[in-house]
Amino acid sequence: MKRSRRSFLQLAGVSALGLGLKPAAGLFAASGGHGRAPGEKVLKSEKALKAKQWAMVIDTRKFESAEDLEPLIEVCHKIHNVPSMKDKRHEIKWIWEEEFEHAFPTQELRFLPERIAQLPFLTLCNHCEHPPCVRACPTKATFKREDGIVLMDFHRCIGCRFCMAACPYGSRSFNFRDPRPFIEEINPDYPTRMKGVVEKCNFCAERLAVGRMPACVEASNGAITFGDLEDPESEVRALLRENYTIRRKQALGTGPAIYYIV
Amino acid sequence: MNNTKTLYDGGKVITGLVIFVILVTLPFWYNHGKAAPEPQPQLTAKAKAEKACVRPKSIMKATHMQILNGWRNNVVRNARRIWETADGKRFNMSLSKTCLDCHSNKEKFCDTCHNYAAVAPYCWDCHIDKVKEAKE
Repeated sequence: MKRSRRSFLQLAGVSALGLGLKPAAGLFAASGGHGRAPGEKVLKSEKALKAKQWAMVIDTRKFESAEDLEPLIEVCHKIHNVPSMKDKRHEIKWIWEEEFEHAFPTQELRFLPERIAQLPFLTLCNHCEHPPCVRACPTKATFKREDGIVLMDFHRCIGCRFCMAACPYGSRSFNFRDPRPFIEEINPDYPTRMKGVVEKCNFCAERLAVGRMPACVEASNGAITFGDLEDPESEVRALLRENYTIRRKQALGTGPAIYYIV
Repeated sequence: MNNTKTLYDGGKVITGLVIFVILVTLPFWYNHGKAAPEPQPQLTAKAKAEKACVRPKSIMKATHMQILNGWRNNVVRNARRIWETADGKRFNMSLSKTCLDCHSNKEKFCDTCHNYAAVAPYCWDCHIDKVKEAKE
Protein backbone atom coordinates (compact mmCIF):
# COMPACT_ATOMS: atom_id res chain seq x y z
CA MET A 1 0.00 0.00 0.00
CA LYS A 2 1.37 3.34 -0.96
CA ARG A 3 0.99 6.16 1.50
CA SER A 4 1.78 9.80 1.01
CA ARG A 5 3.96 11.55 3.53
CA ARG A 6 1.04 13.80 4.41
CA SER A 7 -1.34 10.99 5.28
CA PHE A 8 1.41 9.25 7.29
CA LEU A 9 2.02 12.38 9.35
CA GLN A 10 -1.70 12.86 9.92
CA LEU A 11 -2.05 9.32 11.20
CA ALA A 12 1.03 9.67 13.40
CA GLY A 13 -0.33 12.91 14.84
CA VAL A 14 -3.71 11.46 15.69
CA SER A 15 -2.09 8.39 17.27
CA ALA A 16 0.21 10.53 19.41
CA LEU A 17 -2.78 12.57 20.55
CA GLY A 18 -4.66 9.42 21.48
CA LEU A 19 -1.69 8.00 23.39
CA GLY A 20 -1.12 11.29 25.18
CA LEU A 21 -4.75 11.75 26.15
CA LYS A 22 -5.05 8.79 28.48
CA PRO A 23 -2.25 9.67 30.91
CA ALA A 24 -3.34 13.31 30.83
CA ALA A 25 -6.89 12.31 31.77
CA GLY A 26 -5.49 10.20 34.59
CA LEU A 27 -3.46 13.15 35.79
CA PHE A 28 -6.52 15.32 36.18
CA ALA A 29 -8.41 12.59 37.99
CA ALA A 30 -5.52 12.05 40.40
CA SER A 31 -4.98 15.72 41.15
CA GLY A 32 -8.57 16.00 42.38
CA GLY A 33 -8.20 13.91 45.50
CA HIS A 34 -10.60 16.06 47.52
CA GLY A 35 -13.47 13.79 46.70
CA ARG A 36 -15.25 11.92 49.39
CA ALA A 37 -15.91 8.23 49.47
CA PRO A 38 -19.59 7.25 49.50
CA GLY A 39 -21.13 7.81 52.91
CA GLU A 40 -18.60 10.41 53.99
CA LYS A 41 -19.88 13.90 54.73
CA VAL A 42 -18.59 17.31 55.68
CA LEU A 43 -21.00 19.16 57.92
CA LYS A 44 -21.52 22.32 59.89
CA SER A 45 -22.02 21.97 63.60
CA GLU A 46 -25.66 22.22 64.72
CA LYS A 47 -24.50 24.73 67.31
CA ALA A 48 -22.97 27.09 64.72
CA LEU A 49 -24.40 30.61 64.74
CA LYS A 50 -25.85 31.71 61.41
CA ALA A 51 -26.48 35.08 59.80
CA LYS A 52 -26.69 36.79 56.45
CA GLN A 53 -24.41 39.67 57.42
CA TRP A 54 -22.79 39.68 60.80
CA ALA A 55 -22.49 43.14 62.28
CA MET A 56 -21.37 44.79 65.48
CA VAL A 57 -22.74 47.76 67.36
CA ILE A 58 -20.23 49.34 69.74
CA ASP A 59 -21.79 51.52 72.40
CA THR A 60 -18.95 53.96 73.03
CA ARG A 61 -20.94 55.60 75.85
CA LYS A 62 -20.12 52.58 77.96
CA PHE A 63 -16.37 53.09 77.63
CA GLU A 64 -14.56 55.74 79.60
CA SER A 65 -10.85 55.28 79.07
CA ALA A 66 -8.24 53.13 77.36
CA GLU A 67 -8.29 50.86 80.38
CA ASP A 68 -11.81 49.76 79.52
CA LEU A 69 -10.69 48.68 76.05
CA GLU A 70 -7.54 46.89 77.12
CA PRO A 71 -9.11 43.63 78.32
CA LEU A 72 -11.01 43.30 75.04
CA ILE A 73 -7.88 43.78 72.97
CA GLU A 74 -5.92 41.47 75.21
CA VAL A 75 -8.38 38.59 75.06
CA CYS A 76 -8.58 38.79 71.26
CA HIS A 77 -4.85 38.92 70.76
CA LYS A 78 -4.30 36.15 73.27
CA ILE A 79 -6.70 33.60 71.81
CA HIS A 80 -5.62 34.32 68.23
CA ASN A 81 -1.90 34.13 68.92
CA VAL A 82 -1.33 37.72 67.81
CA PRO A 83 2.30 38.62 68.54
CA SER A 84 3.24 41.78 70.40
CA MET A 85 6.06 43.37 68.43
CA LYS A 86 8.11 46.04 70.13
CA ASP A 87 9.01 47.69 66.84
CA LYS A 88 6.00 49.73 65.69
CA ARG A 89 6.81 49.04 62.04
CA HIS A 90 6.27 45.33 62.62
CA GLU A 91 3.15 45.72 64.70
CA ILE A 92 0.37 43.16 64.25
CA LYS A 93 -3.11 44.18 65.33
CA TRP A 94 -6.54 42.65 65.02
CA ILE A 95 -8.37 45.07 67.29
CA TRP A 96 -6.94 48.29 68.59
CA GLU A 97 -7.80 51.73 69.95
CA GLU A 98 -7.88 54.90 67.91
CA GLU A 99 -8.61 58.56 68.51
CA PHE A 100 -11.90 59.86 67.14
CA GLU A 101 -10.25 62.16 64.62
CA HIS A 102 -8.21 59.29 63.21
CA ALA A 103 -11.00 56.74 63.22
CA PHE A 104 -13.58 59.15 61.76
CA PRO A 105 -11.65 61.74 59.74
CA THR A 106 -14.68 62.53 57.59
CA GLN A 107 -16.90 63.37 60.54
CA GLU A 108 -17.26 66.86 61.96
CA LEU A 109 -14.13 67.39 64.02
CA ARG A 110 -13.98 71.12 64.65
CA PHE A 111 -16.03 71.46 67.82
CA LEU A 112 -15.89 68.01 69.29
CA PRO A 113 -17.37 67.46 72.71
CA GLU A 114 -14.63 66.81 75.21
CA ARG A 115 -15.81 63.31 75.98
CA ILE A 116 -15.54 62.24 72.34
CA ALA A 117 -12.26 64.05 71.75
CA GLN A 118 -10.64 62.14 74.59
CA LEU A 119 -12.37 58.82 74.28
CA PRO A 120 -10.37 56.01 72.68
CA PHE A 121 -12.42 54.23 70.03
CA LEU A 122 -12.26 50.51 69.49
CA THR A 123 -11.38 49.75 65.88
CA LEU A 124 -11.15 46.45 64.04
CA CYS A 125 -11.85 44.99 60.61
CA ASN A 126 -15.19 46.37 59.44
CA HIS A 127 -16.19 43.20 57.58
CA CYS A 128 -17.51 45.46 54.85
CA GLU A 129 -20.51 44.64 52.73
CA HIS A 130 -18.43 45.57 49.67
CA PRO A 131 -14.89 44.83 50.83
CA PRO A 132 -12.19 46.48 48.70
CA CYS A 133 -9.56 44.08 50.05
CA VAL A 134 -11.40 41.13 48.50
CA ARG A 135 -11.38 42.83 45.11
CA ALA A 136 -7.67 43.57 45.42
CA CYS A 137 -6.54 40.08 46.45
CA PRO A 138 -5.02 38.31 43.43
CA THR A 139 -5.23 34.81 44.94
CA LYS A 140 -8.66 34.98 46.61
CA ALA A 141 -6.90 34.42 49.90
CA THR A 142 -9.27 36.95 51.36
CA PHE A 143 -12.92 36.43 50.57
CA LYS A 144 -16.39 37.29 51.78
CA ARG A 145 -18.16 34.41 53.41
CA GLU A 146 -21.86 33.65 53.06
CA ASP A 147 -22.48 35.13 56.50
CA GLY A 148 -20.74 38.39 55.60
CA ILE A 149 -17.44 37.74 57.34
CA VAL A 150 -14.43 38.91 55.37
CA LEU A 151 -12.09 36.04 56.05
CA MET A 152 -8.43 35.35 55.38
CA ASP A 153 -7.27 31.99 54.08
CA PHE A 154 -3.72 32.20 55.35
CA HIS A 155 -2.80 29.13 53.30
CA ARG A 156 -3.34 31.07 50.10
CA CYS A 157 -1.86 34.43 51.06
CA ILE A 158 1.23 35.23 49.02
CA GLY A 159 2.03 38.36 51.00
CA CYS A 160 1.62 40.85 48.16
CA ARG A 161 -0.11 43.33 50.51
CA PHE A 162 -2.50 44.65 47.86
CA CYS A 163 -5.27 44.15 50.43
CA MET A 164 -3.44 46.38 52.89
CA ALA A 165 -3.26 49.12 50.29
CA ALA A 166 -6.93 48.63 49.45
CA CYS A 167 -8.26 48.68 53.02
CA PRO A 168 -9.19 52.24 54.00
CA TYR A 169 -9.28 51.35 57.69
CA GLY A 170 -5.77 50.02 58.31
CA SER A 171 -7.27 46.80 59.56
CA ARG A 172 -4.60 44.56 58.12
CA SER A 173 -1.12 43.79 59.34
CA PHE A 174 1.75 42.10 57.60
CA ASN A 175 4.09 39.61 59.22
CA PHE A 176 7.47 41.06 58.39
CA ARG A 177 9.03 38.59 60.81
CA ASP A 178 8.24 35.12 62.04
CA PRO A 179 5.64 35.94 64.71
CA ARG A 180 6.15 32.86 66.90
CA PRO A 181 8.97 34.16 69.11
CA PHE A 182 6.88 37.25 69.88
CA ILE A 183 3.85 35.43 71.21
CA GLU A 184 4.09 35.41 74.98
CA GLU A 185 1.83 32.44 75.54
CA ILE A 186 0.80 30.33 72.56
CA ASN A 187 -2.82 29.23 72.53
CA PRO A 188 -2.70 25.65 71.22
CA ASP A 189 -6.30 25.83 69.98
CA TYR A 190 -5.54 28.35 67.26
CA PRO A 191 -2.73 28.33 64.69
CA THR A 192 -0.12 31.04 64.51
CA ARG A 193 0.85 32.72 61.25
CA MET A 194 4.15 32.62 59.45
CA LYS A 195 6.44 35.26 58.03
CA GLY A 196 5.10 36.78 54.83
CA VAL A 197 1.34 36.62 55.31
CA VAL A 198 -1.20 39.32 56.05
CA GLU A 199 -3.59 38.92 58.95
CA LYS A 200 -6.58 40.64 60.49
CA CYS A 201 -9.67 40.17 62.64
CA ASN A 202 -11.79 37.18 61.62
CA PHE A 203 -14.92 38.11 63.62
CA CYS A 204 -14.06 35.00 65.65
CA ALA A 205 -15.25 32.67 62.89
CA GLU A 206 -13.82 29.74 64.87
CA ARG A 207 -16.01 30.63 67.85
CA LEU A 208 -19.17 31.28 65.83
CA ALA A 209 -18.70 27.78 64.37
CA VAL A 210 -19.17 26.27 67.81
CA GLY A 211 -21.96 28.59 68.90
CA ARG A 212 -19.96 31.17 70.83
CA MET A 213 -19.99 34.95 70.49
CA PRO A 214 -16.78 36.76 69.47
CA ALA A 215 -14.29 37.10 72.30
CA CYS A 216 -14.39 40.91 72.42
CA VAL A 217 -18.19 40.86 72.61
CA GLU A 218 -18.07 38.38 75.48
CA ALA A 219 -15.49 40.48 77.33
CA SER A 220 -17.26 43.80 76.78
CA ASN A 221 -19.92 43.50 79.52
CA GLY A 222 -22.66 44.40 77.06
CA ALA A 223 -20.93 47.39 75.47
CA ILE A 224 -20.63 45.52 72.16
CA THR A 225 -23.59 43.82 70.53
CA PHE A 226 -23.15 41.28 67.78
CA GLY A 227 -25.85 40.02 65.45
CA ASP A 228 -27.38 39.69 62.03
CA LEU A 229 -27.81 42.98 60.17
CA GLU A 230 -30.26 41.43 57.71
CA ASP A 231 -32.57 40.15 60.43
CA PRO A 232 -35.00 42.94 61.47
CA GLU A 233 -35.63 41.13 64.76
CA SER A 234 -31.97 40.97 65.74
CA GLU A 235 -30.45 42.79 68.68
CA VAL A 236 -28.19 44.91 66.50
CA ARG A 237 -31.13 46.08 64.42
CA ALA A 238 -33.02 46.99 67.60
CA LEU A 239 -30.07 49.09 68.74
CA LEU A 240 -29.77 50.73 65.33
CA ARG A 241 -33.48 51.60 65.43
CA GLU A 242 -33.18 53.26 68.81
CA ASN A 243 -29.82 55.00 68.52
CA TYR A 244 -28.04 57.30 66.15
CA THR A 245 -24.91 55.50 64.94
CA ILE A 246 -21.91 56.37 62.81
CA ARG A 247 -19.65 54.19 60.69
CA ARG A 248 -16.07 54.76 59.60
CA LYS A 249 -15.57 56.51 56.23
CA GLN A 250 -19.05 55.68 54.99
CA ALA A 251 -18.71 57.84 51.91
CA LEU A 252 -16.27 55.35 50.41
CA GLY A 253 -19.14 52.96 49.87
CA THR A 254 -17.55 49.93 51.46
CA GLY A 255 -20.50 49.40 53.77
CA PRO A 256 -18.72 48.82 57.07
CA ALA A 257 -20.53 46.46 59.43
CA ILE A 258 -19.22 48.03 62.61
CA TYR A 259 -21.57 50.68 63.96
CA TYR A 260 -20.68 53.12 66.73
CA ILE A 261 -23.17 54.70 69.09
CA VAL A 262 -21.54 57.97 70.14
CA MET B 1 35.92 0.32 -1.93
CA ASN B 2 37.27 -0.93 1.34
CA ASN B 3 34.37 -1.61 3.66
CA THR B 4 36.24 -2.49 6.84
CA LYS B 5 35.63 -0.15 9.74
CA THR B 6 38.52 0.79 11.92
CA LEU B 7 38.30 2.15 15.42
CA TYR B 8 41.18 4.54 15.71
CA ASP B 9 42.81 4.58 19.13
CA GLY B 10 40.41 1.83 20.17
CA GLY B 11 42.23 1.05 23.39
CA LYS B 12 42.09 4.61 24.64
CA VAL B 13 38.47 5.07 23.64
CA ILE B 14 37.30 1.91 25.38
CA THR B 15 39.33 2.64 28.51
CA GLY B 16 37.93 6.13 28.55
CA LEU B 17 34.39 4.83 28.20
CA VAL B 18 34.86 2.33 31.01
CA ILE B 19 36.25 5.05 33.31
CA PHE B 20 33.35 7.32 32.35
CA VAL B 21 30.75 4.66 33.13
CA ILE B 22 32.38 3.85 36.46
CA LEU B 23 32.56 7.52 37.43
CA VAL B 24 28.94 8.18 36.52
CA THR B 25 27.65 5.15 38.37
CA LEU B 26 29.97 5.69 41.32
CA PRO B 27 27.21 7.04 43.64
CA PHE B 28 25.20 3.89 43.01
CA TRP B 29 28.17 1.63 43.83
CA TYR B 30 29.08 3.76 46.79
CA ASN B 31 25.65 3.54 48.35
CA HIS B 32 24.97 -0.03 47.31
CA GLY B 33 23.51 -2.07 50.14
CA LYS B 34 23.34 0.93 52.41
CA ALA B 35 19.69 1.81 51.82
CA ALA B 36 18.09 3.70 54.68
CA PRO B 37 15.80 1.37 56.58
CA GLU B 38 12.14 1.58 55.73
CA PRO B 39 10.49 4.05 58.11
CA GLN B 40 8.47 2.52 60.92
CA PRO B 41 6.00 5.14 62.10
CA GLN B 42 4.90 4.38 65.61
CA LEU B 43 1.38 4.56 66.90
CA THR B 44 0.65 5.94 70.32
CA ALA B 45 -1.38 3.86 72.75
CA LYS B 46 -4.34 6.12 72.06
CA ALA B 47 -4.09 5.66 68.30
CA LYS B 48 -3.82 1.90 68.74
CA ALA B 49 -6.87 1.79 70.99
CA GLU B 50 -8.84 3.83 68.48
CA LYS B 51 -8.07 1.25 65.75
CA ALA B 52 -9.60 3.22 62.87
CA CYS B 53 -8.47 6.57 61.46
CA VAL B 54 -10.82 8.88 59.53
CA ARG B 55 -10.26 6.59 56.58
CA PRO B 56 -8.72 3.11 56.19
CA LYS B 57 -5.02 2.93 57.00
CA SER B 58 -3.83 2.18 53.46
CA ILE B 59 -5.71 5.19 52.09
CA MET B 60 -4.44 7.43 54.88
CA LYS B 61 -0.89 6.36 54.17
CA ALA B 62 -1.12 7.28 50.51
CA THR B 63 -3.47 10.27 50.48
CA HIS B 64 -3.49 11.95 53.90
CA MET B 65 -2.10 15.09 52.29
CA GLN B 66 -5.00 15.35 49.87
CA ILE B 67 -7.45 14.69 52.70
CA LEU B 68 -5.86 17.44 54.79
CA ASN B 69 -5.98 19.78 51.82
CA GLY B 70 -9.70 19.04 51.44
CA TRP B 71 -10.19 19.58 55.16
CA ARG B 72 -8.52 22.97 55.14
CA ASN B 73 -10.60 24.13 52.20
CA ASN B 74 -13.79 22.95 53.83
CA VAL B 75 -13.00 24.50 57.17
CA VAL B 76 -11.65 27.83 55.99
CA ARG B 77 -13.59 28.47 52.83
CA ASN B 78 -16.86 26.58 53.33
CA ALA B 79 -17.12 26.91 57.13
CA ARG B 80 -17.74 23.18 57.42
CA ARG B 81 -15.75 21.79 60.28
CA ILE B 82 -17.18 18.32 60.89
CA TRP B 83 -16.12 15.18 59.06
CA GLU B 84 -18.53 12.26 59.16
CA THR B 85 -17.11 8.90 58.19
CA ALA B 86 -19.08 6.29 56.24
CA ASP B 87 -20.02 4.57 59.51
CA GLY B 88 -21.30 7.77 61.09
CA LYS B 89 -18.33 8.69 63.30
CA ARG B 90 -17.73 12.42 63.58
CA PHE B 91 -14.43 14.25 63.72
CA ASN B 92 -13.48 17.89 64.04
CA MET B 93 -11.47 18.63 60.89
CA SER B 94 -8.43 19.94 62.71
CA LEU B 95 -4.81 18.96 62.28
CA SER B 96 -3.74 20.12 65.72
CA LYS B 97 -6.82 19.11 67.64
CA THR B 98 -7.86 15.87 65.93
CA CYS B 99 -4.91 14.31 64.07
CA LEU B 100 -2.35 15.22 66.70
CA ASP B 101 -4.68 14.21 69.49
CA CYS B 102 -4.12 10.55 68.60
CA HIS B 103 -0.81 10.94 66.82
CA SER B 104 0.70 13.05 69.53
CA ASN B 105 4.15 11.66 68.74
CA LYS B 106 4.93 13.78 65.69
CA GLU B 107 8.66 12.93 65.74
CA LYS B 108 8.00 9.20 65.66
CA PHE B 109 4.90 9.27 63.48
CA CYS B 110 4.87 12.11 60.94
CA ASP B 111 8.55 12.89 60.78
CA THR B 112 9.85 9.34 60.24
CA CYS B 113 8.25 9.04 56.81
CA HIS B 114 8.60 12.69 55.88
CA ASN B 115 12.34 12.57 56.57
CA TYR B 116 12.69 9.29 54.69
CA ALA B 117 10.91 10.73 51.66
CA ALA B 118 12.72 14.07 52.07
CA VAL B 119 9.53 16.09 52.13
CA ALA B 120 9.19 19.13 54.37
CA PRO B 121 5.50 19.95 54.78
CA TYR B 122 5.06 23.52 55.98
CA CYS B 123 1.98 22.72 58.08
CA TRP B 124 3.98 23.28 61.24
CA ASP B 125 5.01 26.81 60.36
CA CYS B 126 1.59 27.82 61.64
CA HIS B 127 -0.20 24.81 63.09
CA ILE B 128 0.99 23.98 66.54
CA ASP B 129 2.50 20.52 66.78
CA LYS B 130 3.11 20.37 70.49
CA VAL B 131 -0.45 20.78 71.65
CA LYS B 132 0.11 19.10 74.99
CA GLU B 133 3.34 20.90 75.81
CA ALA B 134 1.88 24.27 74.93
CA LYS B 135 -0.99 23.62 77.32
CA GLU B 136 1.26 22.84 80.28
